Amino acid sequence: MIAPRSWNRLPRVAPDAVHALTQRSAGVPDSLPRPLLAHGNGRSYGDVCLTEQGTLLLTRGLDRFIEFDPQQGVLRCEAGVTLAELLALVVPQGWFLPSTPGTRLATVGGAVANDVHGKNHHAVGSFGHHVRALELWRSDGSVIECRPEDGNGWFSATIGGLGLTGLIRWVELQLIPIQNPWMWIESQRFANLEEFWAINRRAEAQWPYTVAWIDCLAKGKAQGRGILLAGQHASAQAELPAFKEGGKRIPVDPPFSLVNGLSLRAFNTLYYRQPVKPQGALTHYVPYFYPLDAIQDWNRIYGRRGFYQYQCVIPPREAEAATAALLDTIAKRGEGSFLAVLKTFGGKPSLGMLSFPRPGTTLALDFPNRGDKTLRLLADLDAIVREAGGTLYPGKDARMPASLFQSGYPEWEAFSNYVDPGFSSRFWKRVTS
Amino acid sequence: MNSLKRVILFGATSAIAEQTARQLVAQGASLYCVGRNNDKLMALIDDLKVRASDQQQIDGCAADLTDSDQHARLIDAGERVLGGIDGVLIAHGTLPDQQACQSDADLTRQEIETNALSVINLLTLLANQLEQQQHGVIAVISSVAGDRGRQSNYVYGAAKGMVTLFLQGLRNRLAKSNVDVVTIKPGFVDTPMTAELDKGGPLWAKPEQIAKGIIKAMQKGKGEVYLPWFWWGIMLIIRHIPEAIFKRMSL
Repeated sequence: MIAPRSWNRLPRVAPDAVHALTQRSAGVPDSLPRPLLAHGNGRSYGDVCLTEQGTLLLTRGLDRFIEFDPQQGVLRCEAGVTLAELLALVVPQGWFLPSTPGTRLATVGGAVANDVHGKNHHAVGSFGHHVRALELWRSDGSVIECRPEDGNGWFSATIGGLGLTGLIRWVELQLIPIQNPWMWIESQRFANLEEFWAINRRAEAQWPYTVAWIDCLAKGKAQGRGILLAGQHASAQAELPAFKEGGKRIPVDPPFSLVNGLSLRAFNTLYYRQPVKPQGALTHYVPYFYPLDAIQDWNRIYGRRGFYQYQCVIPPREAEAATAALLDTIAKRGEGSFLAVLKTFGGKPSLGMLSFPRPGTTLALDFPNRGDKTLRLLADLDAIVREAGGTLYPGKDARMPASLFQSGYPEWEAFSNYVDPGFSSRFWKRVTS
Repeated sequence: MNSLKRVILFGATSAIAEQTARQLVAQGASLYCVGRNNDKLMALIDDLKVRASDQQQIDGCAADLTDSDQHARLIDAGERVLGGIDGVLIAHGTLPDQQACQSDADLTRQEIETNALSVINLLTLLANQLEQQQHGVIAVISSVAGDRGRQSNYVYGAAKGMVTLFLQGLRNRLAKSNVDVVTIKPGFVDTPMTAELDKGGPLWAKPEQIAKGIIKAMQKGKGEVYLPWFWWGIMLIIRHIPEAIFKRMSL
């Protein structure tokens, strides 16, 4: 048996059994050890998709479309369909995902279970806002069809419910219409955090999609310098450019992380210095939304020991000070990622009891796993987040203390009433113990 | 080149056939799908309908192919829905438990019936029909296991070997009628059923790769095809080990 892993390649734990689902109506054999946990395409970071006990249910075999209405843009599909497979079907027919994370290799079930968000959160909310219905299989054999209007709690528990309320078997989504697969993107450089706040505010008022990449190593007056990308789906064009997907991949596991102080500094500086296009340009949706998907197995760059992803959200009032404090701490240690991502969430309340998106600013970074040294840095970041009343993203966490989870997700106890007694995850055990 | 606009799939819900169906639909084909499990078949048909354009027909029927009385009716229904037959893929089968078969003659006979006799019954009916219409292609998923009997799965191997040999004769007979007969011999395939095995090795292929090879072989009217191709070399060696040595090997 090969133990499935999450995308950051840690923790390394193995369940008692692995079972591949191939038929959505089939249920799960009683002979398999409990508790159960669904594992999609392994694109979350950390242990929400892992367990040390019981059975991991692999959902990639549930990859069928069920119904698509190309007039209304309503698609129902099995939970193991990846966003890439979904887009390949609907984009040529003039539809797009209303909300998409930075990888199209996640499954639809995983997108629901983590209530993922995208660059347009300030305009449309998160993935869960666009789910019309879903089907939940419970380990007692019952099946629950959940809709947002039901009001009985099953929907809001399952959106962002980390796969703990049962097995999501299918999902029905409302898509958004597009004219073509291209995006109109304006990029502009900002010299520091202060400038970011100003131009980000303007950009959010005008554009459905905004995101900033920042140089997390820059200090002093240059702290938080970066590039802001604002975009919208392109309008009808007289002529569209050609687009061909490249197929690069990291072919081997380097014995150590290729991400170190030297490569980080070089990359971040070069990225910041790249030519920007403030006048705007057409960009295909694939490189705009999914830049890292172009490099297959990019997670290998961090070596065999894997890496930690750290994504926090800070409430608006504390956002500016806390973001500066986080960047200070990171730059001082010389740690940090190739690309740190900074974005502000909008005010649309998330539908899930455990949804991560909430009003405020979110910062996401990767850190190569250097053992205790890294964990100490993350604990220091935790202190800033906690102080500012913020919290961390479960789908990207392998180590947050239970207390930080519980303070950031005050509905967790109410949520636990909806947890299927036959389901659990390493994450859930960790943050509720 | 054989056109594959109207294709009947037997055993359509197997992992390889399902991927073949998706790729055929992507190439504009109309399909009639036969599978044993009704829920699985309906899920497959719904999926293919979503993928297909309005001009393509997607339909099918659940049936147990060990019941050979059904065969003529199924072929007729497929032909009626599709408005003709350009190609047929026979992909149904089971993977017998060799140990259980060794202690149970009834089970052995049953496995031979499923994996060989039901296929031969279908082939007999299809061959006459395609011979008459003077065009088309029949492909059958046999196995590398049919190339030589081995202690670990000779019941399955014997059934597949029978199918392979039958197809050789049929190919010979139908060559003059403009009908191609294709024997597909896949090696190890990474299907959901083998998800828990370690498939890091180069011998394991994805069902979508096999499906691509099947469609190409059907279009080109190939004879016997190993998928992926390198199994040709592996089986060449395995077939040529002298029996005196082979009988002592634990394969």
